Amino acid sequence: MTKLEATNDFVIRFANVNGSGSASANNLFAKAIFRMGIPVSPKNIFPSNIQGLPTWYEVRVSGDGYLGRRGGYDFIVAVNGQTMRKDYDDLLPGGYFLYDSTRPLPENYDRKDVTLIDIPLTEICNREISNPKLRLLLKNIVYVGALAYLLDIEFSVLTDSLKKQFAKKPKLAEPNIHALELGFNYARENHTESCCLKVKRSKKLSDHIIMDGNSATGLGAIYGGATVAGWYPITPSTSVVEAFSKFANKYRQDDKGRVKAAVIQAEDELAALGIAMGACWNGARGFTATSGPGISLMNEFLGLAYFAEIPVVLIDVQRTGPSTGMPTRTQQSDLFISAYASHGDTKHILLFPHDPEECFTMTANSFDLADQLQTPIIIMSDLDLGMNDHVCSPPQWDDNLQYNRGKVLNEKQLEEIKGNWGRYHDIDGDGICYRTIPGTHPEYGSYFTRGSSHDQKAAYTEDSDKYVESMVRLEKKWLTAKKYVPAPVVQIHDKKSPWGIIFFGTSTYSAHEAMDRLTEKNIRVNSLRLRALPFHDEVGEFIDKHETVFVIEQNRDGQMRKILINEGDFDPHKLISVLNYDGLPITAGQICKQIEEALEAMSPPAKKAVQGGTK
Amino acid sequence: MTYRRPTFRHPNLPKNDLGYTKRDYEGGISTLCAGCGHDSISNAIIQACYEMALEPHKVAKMSGIGCSSKTPAYFLGKSHGFNSVHGRMPSIATGANLANRDLTYIGVSGDGDTASIGMGQFAHVIRRNIDMTYIVMNNGCYGLTKGQDSATADRGSKSKKGAPNPFESIDLCELAIQLGAGFVARSFSGDKQQLVPLLKAALAHKGFSLIDVISPCVTFNNPDTSTKSYQYVRDHSEATATFDFIPLRMEITTTYDKGTTTPITMHDGSIINLYKSDDSVDVTSRRAAIDALEEHREQNQILTGILYISEEMRDTHEILQTCDTPLNTLTEEDLCPGSTTLAAIVDQYR
Repeated sequence: MTKLEATNDFVIRFANVNGSGSASANNLFAKAIFRMGIPVSPKNIFPSNIQGLPTWYEVRVSGDGYLGRRGGYDFIVAVNGQTMRKDYDDLLPGGYFLYDSTRPLPENYDRKDVTLIDIPLTEICNREISNPKLRLLLKNIVYVGALAYLLDIEFSVLTDSLKKQFAKKPKLAEPNIHALELGFNYARENHTESCCLKVKRSKKLSDHIIMDGNSATGLGAIYGGATVAGWYPITPSTSVVEAFSKFANKYRQDDKGRVKAAVIQAEDELAALGIAMGACWNGARGFTATSGPGISLMNEFLGLAYFAEIPVVLIDVQRTGPSTGMPTRTQQSDLFISAYASHGDTKHILLFPHDPEECFTMTANSFDLADQLQTPIIIMSDLDLGMNDHVCSPPQWDDNLQYNRGKVLNEKQLEEIKGNWGRYHDIDGDGICYRTIPGTHPEYGSYFTRGSSHDQKAAYTEDSDKYVESMVRLEKKWLTAKKYVPAPVVQIHDKKSPWGIIFFGTSTYSAHEAMDRLTEKNIRVNSLRLRALPFHDEVGEFIDKHETVFVIEQNRDGQMRKILINEGDFDPHKLISVLNYDGLPITAGQICKQIEEALEAMSPPAKKAVQGGTK
Repeated sequence: MTYRRPTFRHPNLPKNDLGYTKRDYEGGISTLCAGCGHDSISNAIIQACYEMALEPHKVAKMSGIGCSSKTPAYFLGKSHGFNSVHGRMPSIATGANLANRDLTYIGVSGDGDTASIGMGQFAHVIRRNIDMTYIVMNNGCYGLTKGQDSATADRGSKSKKGAPNPFESIDLCELAIQLGAGFVARSFSGDKQQLVPLLKAALAHKGFSLIDVISPCVTFNNPDTSTKSYQYVRDHSEATATFDFIPLRMEITTTYDKGTTTPITMHDGSIINLYKSDDSVDVTSRRAAIDALEEHREQNQILTGILYISEEMRDTHEILQTCDTPLNTLTEEDLCPGSTTLAAIVDQYR
């Protein structure tokens, strides 16, 4: 048998029982790798359950800095009897199988191509730890200690992490450190040199942080000046508003101890968005966070916000649909419903962050965008980005930045124009009109906000010409928005390459890795990372420059490809979908395979591509 | 269409404490049917706001969808209004109130907008105790879609269509009391004497106040067989007690015999004097208030007036402990913790 051998390049999977305290131990492991300067990408693959069902924690260690899911497991820590057989079977040949040997492994676990690492976790804990409750929790720490020996994790990094974690309760650090030592010593005494997967301190990471997207989003809302959040609990978005509340209570207190923010847990998602919209209408910055089922409910209000031109920020942390779907798995499948939410001719501005830093920046900036464009801004995060920890650059803030509240008339301005103003009168020619905030001026500036058809002065109208005029203006505003939203990120590796790839959000990690792998095979592709709808002109230029463009996304129907065709009027034959929608993040392997197969099918490449690309 | 009212008025119209005439509280011309109860309620709102000398631009008018929800266009033309979507006014009002606690919020809704499509939001805006006055213009039917029964139509009541309503009705006042509203009243669009002081007291109340105003639909639900018709309501209503509302600014000149009046001091210092008679209802007791509603219902009587009042509840801002300054006036300086703090925060993620 050839054992898998690698330094800073492997995938380890922890198979646990939900609610058994494994999360903090597994987190301790991933953070130790991160603190040794090695790029690491942990992913929680958890059930829609609080206690008892299987849960996995998958950690990819990649010295090369590839942060997407790789697929396949080189090392399994099997501490869940329910899934042990499958975990054993799924282990890659040459891999390592660490299990609790308090009970012997059944005889039919007879693979010859894996290395067994038996650690009597329960027995060690029963013998060494007297407190029965602690015993159960520390069992997880014992296997982290064993891993420290097996993989060469710097032991001091682990103990420092525990001391930091229990800084306020140092007494709790002691038994944890003891448990680490128990595991470490057992492995040293019984499994000398059995594992050929190693970690080694690296300089790959310097200023980086490791953060979940939802915390970064909540923090972004604080920095963007949000004061009102209406929300309804739903996985995987719940932690966005929880983070916002936590940061608000800490950083937004006035000298009387009162909070400069209001968070309301609403009765449903309809009300959640209504609360955010009411606040924005009244001049505050409001937002809500939800997932697919919430977006479905919010459609009605999104149409109102579009037509009555009310700024609002909506965070959609996408999960696997349709309907209830797989609530604890990821997908990028709310594109259609978000882009065109609500009846009638509506369309909405979407932003696509790809890492926590961008969650922060895009959320913070989205409040300016909403105010400037007077329309909903929907931030399309997903479960993988929102709930998993990601290594990224730290968010920055420019203290000279002033919030841009858009076109709002103040008391003095209303006085000067003597109220000669129309809420929906486009005097600048960019489709964006001036609004007023209730209570501004005693005589001027009041108007009646409505979702029914209205004229320039906001009065109800059934006049066809006036209705058409306002719809045309909203279309003009949509075009104006192109200039306001973040531009795509374009990478041209080979000016002559006929192939381009387009991706967005969490597909980015794996897309970058796939490009490197393809380059090794002499397939040089150029790339464009979408960051917003409406599409910047550069998107069209990129597509026009290439004969074939692969659109990578995580849904069944190739939603982004179809939105590109719909909005950009591009030749459908030229755009080829590269998809994964099994609920787990897309891998570089999946991307490469689909691109290579497509290229094979169209060989000689140029010919087929030209055929499809006739214009 | 929205029609503007002619601006000509008698030059010597009386003025309130702010120097405004009643005209300053009017809105566009109503497009509702002639004789609609809703127009009388709009006029009562104009009268109440004028008498209370509210600054018109410091009032925000919130509504949903339906005949009732159109009325904010017909009163307080100097106030901002928000005609939202069907049944969702309470959430919009919640957000607006959170953004600026200093304005007066008047929500206008109908029985369809409140008791059917908007029941969820109605229940929860009460639970949160948003500081607003919620007026239901209750005609027991869907006027804009030509007279279908609504959820407040009494069982057996017959609208113009002639078929008795087979379903149980919802008593919004009883529900509001159960859900913890601090001010609950019922009135009749045809009784301006009662409605105007009720509106004034509701506006002075800190926290959520509900006034369910029975407002006959002259076109679809006004035959004598309907329990929401002018004739029926006039014949079957009984008030809990008569009362006076004495706004804060007004000097109290009348004295009352002890034992016959109960003064209730409102949050802003205004006073409601309830005149008790032997058989009057104790409107400060939640249980007695619900009993009274049930008893009158059994006797086919409509109980009107203040049904329940409690001045001890905390509104949403007090519950959430939000700052005194309206959130919509806060600036970067108040809201953004800055780059140094950000550096410290992100350091926790290393």
